[in-house]
Amino acid sequence: MTAEPRVDAPIGHGRMLRKEDRRFVRGLGKFTDDLQLPGMLHLAILRSPVAHARITHLDTTAAEMHPRVKAVVTGADLEERGLAWMPTLSGDVQAVLATDKVRFQGQEVAFVVAEDRYSARDALELIEIEYDVLPPVVDVRRALDPEAPVVRDDKPASPGRHPNHCFDWETGDAAATQAVFDRAEVTLTQEMVFPRVHPAPLETCGAVAEWDRVEEKLTLWATTQAPHAHRTLYAMFAGIPEHKIRVISPDIGGGFGNKVPIYPGYVCAIVGAMVTGKPVKWVEDRTENLTAGCFARDYVMTGEIAATREGRILAIRSHVLADHGAFNGAAAPRKFPGGFFGVFTGSYDLEAAYCSMTAVHTTKAPGGVAYSCSFRIAEAVYLVERMVDILADELGVDPVELRRRNFIRPEQFPYPSKTGWVYDSGDYEAALGEALRIAGYDELRREQAERRERGASGESLMGIGVSFFTEAVGAGPRRQMDMAGLAMADGCELTVHPTGKAVVRLAVQTQGQGHETTFAQLVAEEIGIHPDDIEVVHGDTELTPYGLGTYGSRSTPVSGAAAVLVTRKVRDKARLIAAHLLEVDPEELVWTKGRFDVPGVPGAGMTIQEIATAAYAGDDLPAGMELGLSGQLVYDPESLTYPFGAYICVVDVDPGTAQVKVRRFIAVDDCGTRINEMIVEGQIHGGLTDGVGMALMEYIGFDEDGNCLGGSLMDYLIPTALEVPDWETGQTITPAPYHPIGAKGVGESATVGSPPAVVNAVIDALEPFGVRHADMPLTPSRVWAAMHGRGAPPN
Amino acid sequence: MTVNGEYVARAVEARLLLVHFLRDELGLTGTHWGCDTSNCGSCVVLMDDEPVKSCTVLAAMASGHDIRTVESLEVDGVLDPVQRGFMECHGLQCGFCTPGIMMTARALLDANPAPTDHEIREAISGQICRCTGYASIVRSVQWAGAFERGESG
Repeated sequence: MTAEPRVDAPIGHGRMLRKEDRRFVRGLGKFTDDLQLPGMLHLAILRSPVAHARITHLDTTAAEMHPRVKAVVTGADLEERGLAWMPTLSGDVQAVLATDKVRFQGQEVAFVVAEDRYSARDALELIEIEYDVLPPVVDVRRALDPEAPVVRDDKPASPGRHPNHCFDWETGDAAATQAVFDRAEVTLTQEMVFPRVHPAPLETCGAVAEWDRVEEKLTLWATTQAPHAHRTLYAMFAGIPEHKIRVISPDIGGGFGNKVPIYPGYVCAIVGAMVTGKPVKWVEDRTENLTAGCFARDYVMTGEIAATREGRILAIRSHVLADHGAFNGAAAPRKFPGGFFGVFTGSYDLEAAYCSMTAVHTTKAPGGVAYSCSFRIAEAVYLVERMVDILADELGVDPVELRRRNFIRPEQFPYPSKTGWVYDSGDYEAALGEALRIAGYDELRREQAERRERGASGESLMGIGVSFFTEAVGAGPRRQMDMAGLAMADGCELTVHPTGKAVVRLAVQTQGQGHETTFAQLVAEEIGIHPDDIEVVHGDTELTPYGLGTYGSRSTPVSGAAAVLVTRKVRDKARLIAAHLLEVDPEELVWTKGRFDVPGVPGAGMTIQEIATAAYAGDDLPAGMELGLSGQLVYDPESLTYPFGAYICVVDVDPGTAQVKVRRFIAVDDCGTRINEMIVEGQIHGGLTDGVGMALMEYIGFDEDGNCLGGSLMDYLIPTALEVPDWETGQTITPAPYHPIGAKGVGESATVGSPPAVVNAVIDALEPFGVRHADMPLTPSRVWAAMHGRGAPPN
Repeated sequence: MTVNGEYVARAVEARLLLVHFLRDELGLTGTHWGCDTSNCGSCVVLMDDEPVKSCTVLAAMASGHDIRTVESLEVDGVLDPVQRGFMECHGLQCGFCTPGIMMTARALLDANPAPTDHEIREAISGQICRCTGYASIVRSVQWAGAFERGESG
C-alpha cells in the first residue's frame, strides 16, 4: 500500500482527487484558531444579555485588576479613537462596541485581552454593567407602527418615515402588472415567510491580529471570504494605509456567506493588538456565532400570481417585508439592496412582473445576505416555486405539467426577463425531463394514488415535491454592479517557472470548495501542465492579485474565467517563442495539450516545459520580447451566468407525530461545463442538506422580549446523517455563452433550489387535509398544526 | 495519560477541557472545536478506543487513559485506510469536521469491519458536517472498510 500514489489525474478537466485533502486528512489544515504566535494574547467580548437597553453604568476596574488581564476596552475608549462605529457593506454603520445603547441580544459592549482564553472569559464576569431595558422591536410587521420603539436613534429618519424604516426598493413594471392582474382569469395570493436562518459554518469566526510597531504594519489572519475587500475597508475606516495592512485568510472551516462581513470582533482584535503591542487572538464561541453573526433570509413575502384557466402564467407580483436587524449589515452589490431578488420571475416566460420591498430595523442581529443564497435568489426561488404549486393546486393541474407549459423555451435565450435580467442560456425541459426519469415520477404518483386510495390508518402520508430554479450568479459586470464602489472584477496571475512548473495566484479564496484543485485543473486544461505541477496560491493579500472574494457562487464564473484567460495569454506568448525557435510562422503551429508542433514535420515541436526553459534562458527570443513566461489580467465579466436545475423530493409524513422523513431527493443540475465532476457533485450534496435543514428544522426565532431562541446547536438544528437521504443526482450541460469555457457557478444552486422542493412535497403530502401552505421550518409541531387547521405555534 | 502513544504528564487547571489541552498545550490542532454543547462532534477523539467529544471531557478526567487523535492515523508515512477513503470518495470539503468524523469511522470499523450504510450514518449521527451532505462520507467509510477487507485498493 502506498500512501498517496500520484492519482491518474487528468491534465485538465475531469474527476481528480483534491490536492488540499492531503493536509486535511492528516489534521494538518491551518485554521485561524490553530495559529499560535509568540506572546499571543486572547480576546473575549462582553455582549448584551438583552435586546434593547440603554447602558447606564459601566465600570471595568475590577476586570482590569485581574492578574492575567492586559487590557479592557469599552465603546467610550473606541470613540476616542474614532473607531466606535464602522461602515457596513450596505452603506449603513454598525457599532463596534456599543456607546449609548444596545440594539440586539449579543451585541458587543466591551472586550478584554488576557494571557489565556479562560482568564479573558473570567474577566468579562468582573465588568460591572447596568442596563435600562427598553421595549424591543421583534415583530417585523409592527416595526413601522407609529408607536414602535425606535431602534436607530443614532441616525436621522427618512422624511415622513418611522426611524425604523431601512429602505424601499422596487423592480419591474407596477402598472403593466396591474393591467395583467385586472384581466386575468385566475389570481391567487399567498403570504409566506422565509424565516431567519443562519449559515453556522462549523468553524466559527475569528481572527489573529499582529501589529508591528516599528513598521506600523498590521497583519490580520481572519476567517474572511474576501481578504482584499476587507483590507480596503480596514484602510478606509481605520486609517491604516492599505499597503501597511496584510490580510491572510488561512484555511476556512466553511463560510456559506457567514464570513463575508466585517465583524466587530475583527476590529476588536486589531485594536487589542495595537493597545497591547502583542498578537491578539479572538475566536467566537458558537452562541456568539449564532446570535451575533450575519444571519440570512428573514423575508415576509406576499406572492401574487395571475394566470389563465388553462394554466398559462401571465404575471407574478410580490411584496417583501425584509427584517434587516439593528444595522443593515447585508452584503450585496450597491445598487441591489434586495440582492438579486429580482429573479423572482423564475424560469417562466411572463407578460409582466413587479416587486416592491420594504426593509426595516428590528432589535435583532444585523446581516441579511448570507447562507448560500446567491444574493437573495433563495428567497426569490422559494416565492415563485411555491406560487406555481399553489396555482397548480387551484387549477387541478400536475405541478410538473404546469411548469412545462410556462418554461422559457431554449430558442428564447438570451431571454430578457420582465425585471431586467438577461438569462444567458438554458434548456429547462431537458433538465426537468432528466429529473423525472431518475425519479420515476409517474410511478411515484401511482404509488401515492394507491396509498391515498387505500387510506390505511397509520400509514405515512406520501408527498412529492418539484421545484425548478434559475440562478443569476457570478457577480458581476461592472456596468451593472459594484461593492462599496469597487468593481466585482477579479485579477489572476500565472507564472510558468523555468523548469516548466507553474504557480497561479487567485483573487478568490476557498472555504472548502476545492480551489487548489479546480484552478490547477483550469490552468492545466489550457496549458498542458499536470495539475500536481501547478501551485495555487490564494487567501493572502500580499501574495495574490486584487479581487472581491468568494461568495455568491462567483469563483468559477469570475476568477475561473480570469484563470483561463491569463493562461491563454501565457500560451500565446509560448507560441511566439516556439515559432521563433522552430523557425515557422506562429499560426502554423498546432497546439495539442502541452506542446506546439509543426504539422507534417515529425519531431519538429516543443513542449511547454522546453518553451519555459527557453523563455528564461533568454538567449534566443523574438526581437523585443520580454524574458520569462508569465502573465496577469483582470477579468470583468460580460454577463452573469444562469445555472438552473430540476429537483424532486419525496417525503413521508407520519400522520401521528407529523414528523417529516425525506425518502428520496433527486437533483438534476445544469451548471454548464463541469471542471471537476466530483467537486461539483459535492457542492450540490452540501446545498441539498442545507435546503432540507431550512425546510424542516433550521430556525433563528425570537421570543417577545427579543431573546434569540436559536443560540446553540441544541436549539438551532442542523441535519445529521440520519435526517438526509442518499442524494440522487443527474446533469445536463448547457454551456454558458459568455464564459471562456462555458462554466456557470454551482456553489449555491442546491441551497437555493431545494427548500421549495421539500416544502412542496410536504404540502403535497398534506393535500388530503386541504393544506395549501405552511411556513418553514416544517417541524412536527408546525406540520401537525397545519394538518389540524390551526395556526403555526409560536416559534 | 498517553496521547497518540506517548506518555504525557502536565499540571493543569481543573476546568481545562481536553480539547483545549490537546490543541493549546500539546499543539495537536487537528482536533477542532465547534460548538460547546456536544452537538457538532468536531472535537471527537478516541479515549481508550471509544469516540468521545473532547469539548465535554476535562483534561483531568483523561488522566490515566489512552487518547488518540487524528494525528495518530498516519503511521510511518502510510495513511490509514479511513484517510484514504475520505480522499478517494470526496468525504471532505472544508476539512473542519473531518478529523472528528474520521476518528468515529476508525472506531466503527474496528468494532464492525463491514457496517451497513445505515450503521455508518448512525455512528456519525452525533456529528455535523456542513459541507458534504454525508453521502460521500458514508461512501468514504465504505471504501475504507472494503479496503481493509481486501475487496478493493
